[in-house]
Amino acid sequence: MRGRVRTVAGVLIVLVLLFPLYWMLNASLQPSGALLRPTPEFLPLPATLDGYREALATQGGHLLSSLVVAGGTVLVSLLIATPAAYSLARLPWRGGPVFVFALLIVQMIPGIVMANSLYALFGSLGLIDNYLGLVLADSTATVPFAILVLRAFMVAIPRELSEAARVDGAGYWRTFTSVIVPVSRNAVITAGLFSFLFAWADFLFAVTLTTGQGIEPVTVGIYRFVGNQTADWNGVMATAVLASVPAAILLVVAQRYVVAGMTGGAVKE
Amino acid sequence: MSRRAAAIAFLLPALLYVLVFFGYPLVYNILMSVRDYSVRSFYTGEAPFVGVANYLAAIGNPVFGKAALNTVWFTVGSIAFQFGIGLALAVFFNGRFLGSATLRALLLLPWLLPLVVSGAVWRWMFDQDHGVLNTALRLVGLPAVPWLTDTGWALPAVILTNIWIGIPFNLVLLHGGLRAIPGSLYEAAALDGANAWQRFRDVTWPLLRPVTWIVLMLGLVYTIKVFDVIMVITGGGPANATQTLTTFSYSLSFHDFAFGQGAAIGNVLILVATGFGFVYLRSAREPLA
Repeated sequence: MRGRVRTVAGVLIVLVLLFPLYWMLNASLQPSGALLRPTPEFLPLPATLDGYREALATQGGHLLSSLVVAGGTVLVSLLIATPAAYSLARLPWRGGPVFVFALLIVQMIPGIVMANSLYALFGSLGLIDNYLGLVLADSTATVPFAILVLRAFMVAIPRELSEAARVDGAGYWRTFTSVIVPVSRNAVITAGLFSFLFAWADFLFAVTLTTGQGIEPVTVGIYRFVGNQTADWNGVMATAVLASVPAAILLVVAQRYVVAGMTGGAVKE
Repeated sequence: MSRRAAAIAFLLPALLYVLVFFGYPLVYNILMSVRDYSVRSFYTGEAPFVGVANYLAAIGNPVFGKAALNTVWFTVGSIAFQFGIGLALAVFFNGRFLGSATLRALLLLPWLLPLVVSGAVWRWMFDQDHGVLNTALRLVGLPAVPWLTDTGWALPAVILTNIWIGIPFNLVLLHGGLRAIPGSLYEAAALDGANAWQRFRDVTWPLLRPVTWIVLMLGLVYTIKVFDVIMVITGGGPANATQTLTTFSYSLSFHDFAFGQGAAIGNVLILVATGFGFVYLRSAREPLA
C-alpha cells in the first residue's frame, strides 16, 4: 500500500475506534431532551454546558474524593516501592528473587478476593468510608507494579554511577537519595502516573469499601448516576468526560512513558 | 552496615506491606471460606466452622454453572477478537507512513480511560430506543436490537465492549514484538519472491510467537477478573445472563451478605488466575535478579 493511502486508512481506523469517545463528548454537550429524540444529533449544535454544570454540582465532591485517594495512593506506592526497587536491583541477596516472584504472583490475585477480605479487615479497623482505607486498598494493586517497573529501570543504571558515590564515601542511604532516585526520575514518574491512573479509575474497592454514607469516589458516582432509571445522559456523559481528564492528560504529556511502564510491570525485560 | 543488612533494610517496608496486605487477606479469605460468615459476624466475631459447606452451597447455587459458562464465553470471546484485531492493527501500523506513530498513540486512549467511563458510554450506545447502535441498524433497514434487556444479547454486548477496551493492550504489545523482528528477514523473503501473506505466515507469525504467548496469557489473567465493565453495563443481568464468577462472588458477599460463599468463589478464581499466571511465568522465565 502506498504511504498516503495508508495514512488515510489509518485515520479511518482511528475514527471508527474512537467513535465511542466522540459520542460521549457529543452527548455531554447536548440538552437532555435532544438525546431522547428518535434520531440522534451527530453534532452537538447548539451546544450547552448544562451537563457540566450538573456534573460539577452533583459529582464535584466525588471528583475531589478521587483526587485525594489517587494522590495518596501515589505517595504510599512510591514511598514503599522506590527503596524496595533499589534493594532488589542493586543489593543482591538470596531473598530478592523470591520476593520478585511473590510480587508477580500477587498481581494475579483477582481484585474481588482482595475486596472481600479487606472489607472484613477494614470493618474491624474502622477503615470503611475512609480515605486511608481506600488508599491502602488501591495500593495493593500499585505497590507490586511500581516495584517491578522501578526495579526493571534501576537494573539498567550503570554500576559506575553508584560505585563512584561509594568511593566518595557515601553510604547506602546517601547513594540512594543522591544518585539512584535522581537518575531514576523518569521511572518514578511512570510508576507514579500509573498508580494515579489506577487509583483514579478504581471501582471495585471504591464500591465495596464505602457505604454511600461517607466519601464516594467519582467511579461510584457514575455507577449510581447510570443505575438511576431516569438517567440523565447529558449529565452522566459530562461526568464521564470529566473523569477521563487524567487519562487524556497522561496520553498527551507522558505518552512515551506509557508503553515502557506497561511492559516494565507485566512483561519480562 | 553490611550489604545484606542494607538490602533488607531498604526492602523492609515492602516486605511488611506484602505480608500485611497480601498475606493476611489471603489467609483470611481461606478462613472465611470455611466459616459461616454473616454481617453479624463482623460485630460479634462469631463465625462457626462449617468446612466445605460454603463451597458446596456456592457451587450448588443454580447461578454458579451459568456464571462459570459465561466466564468462559466472556474470556474466550474477548481474547479471540481483541487479539485478532490487535494483531491486524499492529501489522498495519508497523508500516512507516505519515502519522503512523501519532495515530497509534491515539488508539491507546480507550485503554487508559476508567473502565466505568467506557462502560457508561457503551451502555448509552446500547440504549434500545435512543442508542446510536440501533440508529445505525435502522439506517440500513435492520430491526433494533434489545441489547441489554434480552438474555441472548446482553452477554455479546458486554463482550463487544470488553473487546473494544482490550484492543489497545494487544496492539501495543504485539507492535513491540513486530518491531523486534529484523527487517533483513523480510528483505530476504521478498527476494525469494514471497508475497505479503507468505511473509506474514513464514516470518512474522513464527517470530512473534513468544510475544503472542505473553499477550494471550496476560489477557486471560486480566479478563477472568473483569468486574467494572459488567457491573456498569448490566449489573450481571438480565436474569444472570451476564453474571461471571467475579460478579457472582461480589453479589454473594455484598448483596446476599454470604461472605463465606463469596470467599469460596474467590478462592476458585485465585486458583484459575494463578494457574494461568504460573503458565505465563514459566514461559516468560527470566533471571529474576
